[in-house]
Amino acid sequence: MKLSKAYKRLALVAMPIVLLLMTGCTNNIIVLDPKGPIAEQQRDLMVISTILGSIVVVPVLIMTAVIIWRYRDREGRKAAYTPRWEHSTKLEIIWWGIPIIIILALGVITVKGTYALEPSKPLESEQKEITVQVTSLNWKWLFQYPEQGIATINELKIPNGVPVRFEITADSPMNSFWIPQLGGQMYAMSGMAMTLYLQADEEGEYWGSGANFTGRHFADMYFDVESMSQEEFDQWVDEIKATSPALTLDGYKKLVEPSTSQVLAFSSFPDQLFEMTVTKYATSHNHGLSTGKQDKPQGQQEEEEEPSMDHMGH
Amino acid sequence: MWEKVQNFASEFFVTGDPLIYGADVSIAVTLIAVITVLTYFKKWKWLWSEWLTTVDHKKIGIMYIISAFLMLFRGGVDALLMRTQLAVPEMSFLTPDHYNQIFTTHGVIMILFMAMPFMFGLFNVIVPLQLGARDVAFPFLNSLSFWLFFSGAMLFNISFVIGGSPDAGWLAYPPYSELMYNPGVGQDFYIWGIQISGIGSLMTGINFIVTILKMRAPGMKLMKMPMFSWSVLSSCIAIIFSFPILTATLALLFLDRYAGAHFFTLDGGGNPMMYINLIWMWGHPEVYIIVLPAFGIFSEIVATFSKKKLFGYKSMVYAMMIISILSFLVWAHHFFTMGSGADVNAFFALTTMLIAIPTGVKVFNWLFTMFRGKITFESPMLWTIGFIPCFIVGGLTGVLLSVAPADFQFHNSYFLVAHFHQVIIGGVVFGYFAGLYYWWPKLFGFKLNERIGKWAFWFWNIGFYLCFMPQYVLGLMGMTRRVVSYGWDKGWYEMNLVSTIGAVLMGIAFLFQVWQIAHGVKHRNANLDTTGDPWNGRTLEWSIPSPAPHYNFAVLPQVTDQDDWWERKLRKQEGHATPAPAKLEPIHMPKNSGIPIIMSACWFVAGFGFVFHWTPFIIAGLAGVAISMLVHSFNYKTDYYIPVDEIVRTEAKKGRVTG
Repeated sequence: MKLSKAYKRLALVAMPIVLLLMTGCTNNIIVLDPKGPIAEQQRDLMVISTILGSIVVVPVLIMTAVIIWRYRDREGRKAAYTPRWEHSTKLEIIWWGIPIIIILALGVITVKGTYALEPSKPLESEQKEITVQVTSLNWKWLFQYPEQGIATINELKIPNGVPVRFEITADSPMNSFWIPQLGGQMYAMSGMAMTLYLQADEEGEYWGSGANFTGRHFADMYFDVESMSQEEFDQWVDEIKATSPALTLDGYKKLVEPSTSQVLAFSSFPDQLFEMTVTKYATSHNHGLSTGKQDKPQGQQEEEEEPSMDHMGH
Repeated sequence: MWEKVQNFASEFFVTGDPLIYGADVSIAVTLIAVITVLTYFKKWKWLWSEWLTTVDHKKIGIMYIISAFLMLFRGGVDALLMRTQLAVPEMSFLTPDHYNQIFTTHGVIMILFMAMPFMFGLFNVIVPLQLGARDVAFPFLNSLSFWLFFSGAMLFNISFVIGGSPDAGWLAYPPYSELMYNPGVGQDFYIWGIQISGIGSLMTGINFIVTILKMRAPGMKLMKMPMFSWSVLSSCIAIIFSFPILTATLALLFLDRYAGAHFFTLDGGGNPMMYINLIWMWGHPEVYIIVLPAFGIFSEIVATFSKKKLFGYKSMVYAMMIISILSFLVWAHHFFTMGSGADVNAFFALTTMLIAIPTGVKVFNWLFTMFRGKITFESPMLWTIGFIPCFIVGGLTGVLLSVAPADFQFHNSYFLVAHFHQVIIGGVVFGYFAGLYYWWPKLFGFKLNERIGKWAFWFWNIGFYLCFMPQYVLGLMGMTRRVVSYGWDKGWYEMNLVSTIGAVLMGIAFLFQVWQIAHGVKHRNANLDTTGDPWNGRTLEWSIPSPAPHYNFAVLPQVTDQDDWWERKLRKQEGHATPAPAKLEPIHMPKNSGIPIIMSACWFVAGFGFVFHWTPFIIAGLAGVAISMLVHSFNYKTDYYIPVDEIVRTEAKKGRVTG
């Protein structure tokens, strides 16, 4: 039969894909290999929803194959043929019912998960959290450690097992801050600071990236993430304080200019730099129409506004 | 002076890339060839009076489909360029700027200038025939819709060689699409290309709603209407509510860029998040706008090739209407990661999941149409069968994406890219192909070669799975969309290479289809469809000759049943007397008009002026539009009657005896 040939062809195609999926790259599938509580819960949600979905999908796929095979037109066929059979309340209740039940179950799980994993919700921990202020620049990441007083470019080091409160903004087009092995992403937007709690439970080296397109060198916005013991972290901070230059306001303005960057470290940064970055765009709400011509050339910096915390904590 | 000209030219024309120069040359050669052929064979008048000025829904439909195929080629080449760039790590085949333009134009072209016209083409050629009507409700408006679409598409496409293409993604999120970050003309081409064609889309939506509600043959109650027409109705309802949002959104973006407004800018009180909400309030319904008609096509084909009534007709109708409405309540699932809070995310996650219910019901109904049927595997059915597993898997990954907290990991990754390609290629593209193969004999009067068609089918399917299954894995490996290249260290090498191979196979599949059509045209006389009913169809379009005469039905049919033509055939077989054909009467038809193409050309000029800030062009273009409207308003000779003896002659030529 024509169709059996078709199945053989399909099997021939499917085989290498399945093999590739199973062997080639299992250790690279980092989203399914979480290293922190948030990523772990997200992974679990993926698994649960896949299983719930498969309860419907797998039987339907099998049913499709069986029906097509059994009711194909051929000579000497024994299967029934009922050209006018077009309605069965019982059957239709079943297949309105099954997806409704599955979606109900999935809905409950999703709503619970949505509240549990709300990114701005602090993580429960005996350790005191640390704060990292993240700014997406074209095309680099600026990390400020307000409690430690240091800043880095394209390199993020965090103490292991300690909740990290990321405050995320942008001095560039909208980006998205994503460290796949620690947890899901959060948009980095100018004029506001988003909060994202993450934590690493295992010492090691990971990586993060910008996930939302920002122009020419968007593909270069990867950064290294290292989770280390508290002592190592303190040591690293001390080292930067001792050896690295300070970040000045002028230095920041240079960073904002479109370019890529190496990994850099700074022993200090201007007071309230992050808050100024956030409010730079936000406060213009009040003055917008009174300042006359609004066409600002690319990358223009304005530090005229008072630093203000009003617009934080979005 | 010469220097000035040189400076202007180097800014006006896109320069510096051999690919672009190649395109310049091929565009020029093609244009010259077309003009030469038309002149040599003295076909200009024929082209003008038979095609360019036509208001015949069938011809307009064919022009839509031809445009869609051209755009499929353009968007496909974009896709292959992208996949070449991504085939191996650290590739430098395309510069980042060029790559950014290509993924933007790929998306815009495939959705707005390929899927939409393909869909409108099928609406046009089939809906009036299925309804037993002689044309759409507003034939002039229909022609205008087509030419507006065409002008918009051309305006968008010339950005490739003139001025530079947009590069901010297919939805052009601000602030990146604002002047501050994007000072070139690319984004303006984007705005005006979509704006002009979007007006056409909105008018088509109105046109088909009225056609379906007012032009059905006597006796065709809504609940006796063929399923494809139902799907068109649900799709058009979504069009008329969503396209005005798109128009307004792009108009605001235009004001930002052109007049220094601050709707979506970072400064001056602008709010880019507003744009993202607005564009998805259109963008999500848009996805359902293009997929609902595909559902309708599958419903027709499954019933025809199972030789069985469509199972659960009412369920199907309700399911489609529910999808049409729900599609407006899910837009925020495109940005769960924007920090709207748990309440908002939970709401939109739930509404998104709800859509899975009616969609799932439709799949069951198709399966149970085949259940206890007699299935044969001609091209249209083959595509339908290819669609089902593809769409089921795509639906499953869609449900995964709707789990908001998990979406934080899927968002913006290749997992998402794989998902939407699976539902759009597996659902929309396979659906339109199925429809095109199904109705091809009705359109052109001959059948296509099945063997070449099967090659195309298998290449498409194998290529599809090879291309997009690895992309799910890439997403889980942390690969984000829109990256121009990636390092060796990430371990994305194998999956990307496989994906590129798959894309090439789909490219080959497209060539098979082109060959199939060329082969079909060449050997058309050997494959003529003389019956008008090559598949033993069920609905009214199969009751008339192929291709349909320009008035469609010599006598308007009296409809009594759901699958009216099928029932009529059955009654004949069972020996019931066929009612005597009604007396022929002169047929009232609309006259051709050159105004739609002229008015759209004026829109093109105005759009071009807006893009380059050339005020004389804007004034001339808009004045042309106004004059066209005036001229048409005072034109009272818009219709004519076909006399009875001409109908008799036409019908006789098609082998039909009339009373």
